[in-house]
Amino acid sequence: METKKLTFAFMDPPFENERTITFFRILDAALDQGADIQVFAYEGAAALAFSLQKAHGNSVHHRDEVQEAHPLTKDWIAALQNKAKQLGVNLEWVNCGLCVDERGVNASIPGCKRGSPADLWRYASESFNTLVIGTR
Amino acid sequence: MKILQIVEQAFRTLVEEQDDTILWLTQSMAGAGADAEVLLSGNAVYYATMKQRQPAVRISDWIQQEPADIPQDINRLLNQGIPIYVLNDELAERGLDESMLHDGIKAIDKQQLVSLYNRMDQIWQW
Repeated sequence: METKKLTFAFMDPPFENERTITFFRILDAALDQGADIQVFAYEGAAALAFSLQKAHGNSVHHRDEVQEAHPLTKDWIAALQNKAKQLGVNLEWVNCGLCVDERGVNASIPGCKRGSPADLWRYASESFNTLVIGTR
Repeated sequence: MKILQIVEQAFRTLVEEQDDTILWLTQSMAGAGADAEVLLSGNAVYYATMKQRQPAVRISDWIQQEPADIPQDINRLLNQGIPIYVLNDELAERGLDESMLHDGIKAIDKQQLVSLYNRMDQIWQW
C-alpha cells in the first residue's frame, strides 16, 4: 500500500467540544491506514500537548484519581506517537508558537515542537491532502 | 501548490487576537511563500464591506489599545497579491451588494466558484 502523507490543522482546545475527540479519532484511523501524519496545532489546539495537564479524581463518580483515569489530550498524543512508531510511519506535531505563548502552555510533551504558519505551509506542500478543522 | 482559504466563521477571535485568525494565518503563510487565495463566505462576507476597525473593548480599567482592523487586514492581503472573493448570492441574502465592497475584492457567482475551486490544489474550509 502506498504511504500517503496527510496534514491536519486543528484549532480547538482540549476539553470543550466534540470536535477534539473526533479529530483524534481521525488521526488514529489515518495511522491505521498507514498514513504519515503532520499536525499543525493552532490557537486553542496549542494546549493539546501541554505536559502539565493533570488527571483528577471525581467525587461525583465516587472514583479517586487512579480509578477515574481521566482522559488527557497529551496522553492521546503520546499514544498516537507510540502507535506511529510501532507501525513504522511518521507523526509530526507542531504547535503554533505565538498561540502557545499567549496561553502559557510552552511545556509540551516530547516530540511536539514549536513552530509557525510556515510549518503548516511546508507540511501542506509535502502532503497528499490537508484537512483543516476550525473552531465553530 | 495553490490553496483556497475559505473563511466562513466570522468575527471569531477578533477581540482576543485583534484580527481574524485565518486572515492572519494567510498573511503569515504568504510571507513564507504560500500561494493562497481567499473566499469570504457566510457571515464573513461582512468583512468585505467593513469600513472601520472594531471598537476597543473595556473590562473594568483595562482598555484595549489595538482592536482588530479588518479593512487594514484586507488591504495587507491585497497588497501581498492575494485575491479575495465573495459570492454575490451571499451578499444579496444579507442585504449587501457589490457596490459596498472594499476596493479590490471580487464578487463572483456560483459558476465562477466552480472555476475557482478547479484552479486550486487544496481547499481549506475554516
